[in-house]
Amino acid sequence: MRRAAPILTVLLIIVAVWYAAAIWMNAPWAYDQAARAEQAAPTLLQLPGLTLDQDRPVLPSPHQVFSELVKSTLGLAPSSKKSLVYHAWVTISGTLLGFAMGTTLGVLLAVGIVYNRAMEMSVLPWAIASQMVPIIALAPMLAVVMNAVGATPLMTKAVISAYLSFFPVVVGMVKGLRSPDAMQLDLLQTYATPGSAVFWKLRLPSSMPYFFASVKVAIAASLVGAIVAELNQQAGLGARLLQGSYYGQTTQIWAALFLSAILAAVLVMLAGRIEGRVLKRMGMAR
Amino acid sequence: MKDTVANSPVIEARNLQLVFQTNDGPVQALKDVNLTINKGDFVSFIGPSGCGKTTFLRAIAALETPTGGTLTVNGLTPDEARRKRAYGYVFQAAGLYPWRTIAGNIKLPLEIIGFSKAEQASRVERVLELVELKGFGKKFPWQLSGGMQQRASIARALAFDADILLMDEPFGALDEIVRDRLNEEVLKLWARTGKTIGFVTHSIPEAVYLSTKIVVMSPRPGRITDVIDSPLPKERPLDIRDSKEFIEIAHRVREGLRAGHSDE
Repeated sequence: MRRAAPILTVLLIIVAVWYAAAIWMNAPWAYDQAARAEQAAPTLLQLPGLTLDQDRPVLPSPHQVFSELVKSTLGLAPSSKKSLVYHAWVTISGTLLGFAMGTTLGVLLAVGIVYNRAMEMSVLPWAIASQMVPIIALAPMLAVVMNAVGATPLMTKAVISAYLSFFPVVVGMVKGLRSPDAMQLDLLQTYATPGSAVFWKLRLPSSMPYFFASVKVAIAASLVGAIVAELNQQAGLGARLLQGSYYGQTTQIWAALFLSAILAAVLVMLAGRIEGRVLKRMGMAR
Repeated sequence: MKDTVANSPVIEARNLQLVFQTNDGPVQALKDVNLTINKGDFVSFIGPSGCGKTTFLRAIAALETPTGGTLTVNGLTPDEARRKRAYGYVFQAAGLYPWRTIAGNIKLPLEIIGFSKAEQASRVERVLELVELKGFGKKFPWQLSGGMQQRASIARALAFDADILLMDEPFGALDEIVRDRLNEEVLKLWARTGKTIGFVTHSIPEAVYLSTKIVVMSPRPGRITDVIDSPLPKERPLDIRDSKEFIEIAHRVREGLRAGHSDE
């Protein structure tokens, strides 16, 4: 309860500000309606009733978003194209595939960078440069290219996800693989240890805390990548966001937005749990 | 000299030079080092920091490369000796892997060298007993005190039967009481295994108590100023440190260290 109190306080403040903002932003429409019907302008006391349950609000009120969220997840069959569960699943599958690809690529590149001087000089600058390009600009081009080579929407999405998620893994793993100190490397040298054993027995286990720190960033980045990729696709939370904005369905946009935030939180938390378990077993928990 | 039997030399240094190239120019870490260590000797290297005692030990272990003179270990170059796993090395920190149990840590060199699983297990048992850590094999490093961790690291260095044990201030980070106990245990270990031991320290009592040969070194450039063959008997209870001979040797070591410092 002591931990929940501050969180709940902040939540209450956010909700209060949100309601206030919804009244303020939706009020012009209410005034317009009154003017058009040649009625007197609504009083301040009438405003909440006229602004918090509009069909097409500028800013939907929290309870509208919440009921939309409940309706579109629990109220529909998960197989329905209108169900957010369906769209969320489409997004998650792309996210996880992209995350797996990105993480694998990231680890491989990091190993190359640590063991190969030429790769160290050449790969890292390009990896950094790759993250300078706004993904929102790159995604449509990648989609066209992927489409031309006959890739499925899932694959296209995964590639864009991987594009975002490999980077934190490279940076973290390079640092992690280099984390053993001189003494530990000297110790292995005294046993005339072959390079492969240095990697498997010392460098890789030592890098685990760094790996998991990267993974938490990478999984969130994967989700962002998948959603951006879906802006050019038919299904998924990203597609749902775009459809919402085409048809002025602000409530739908906000519901999708909240679901993606919840997904991101769940994925990062899951990664955190696995991190905790693994590092505890390895005696490396802080 | 009466206790040192004429034995075969294990480590021989002749006119050994070692110069480090640093950003501030070359630094002479070792200059004209001549020393013979015989089989079964317990040799301590003592001196202030920067005197090259650790550098010399590392050169024996082929962790540093001399820039002049000759250095042989078992008649081979240090690097050849390293490849033949001629020595076990104990660092100042235990450096145990937190993700391995104590037994797992001791198995590390055995896995790398390629002993069979059964052989690994029996060797772990044997060295755990040797350092008096029997029954602690399944514990993880964080469950052990600093002194016990350092004993485990000694067990790790002993596990693969190297004839030479090189120890670089192994007890430097431990408190005096733990240190005394471990010194006693190292002596027992040495008596039981008959290994040749090179031991770096900056504690005069530690050096005198443990060694058959004390090498006093001084800095800038790192060189040997005195080599003392200890007349103390092989059996050394802790209270030998109050004996006349002990105090005399300690005095001579202190004089040697002071002489080395006079050029500052």
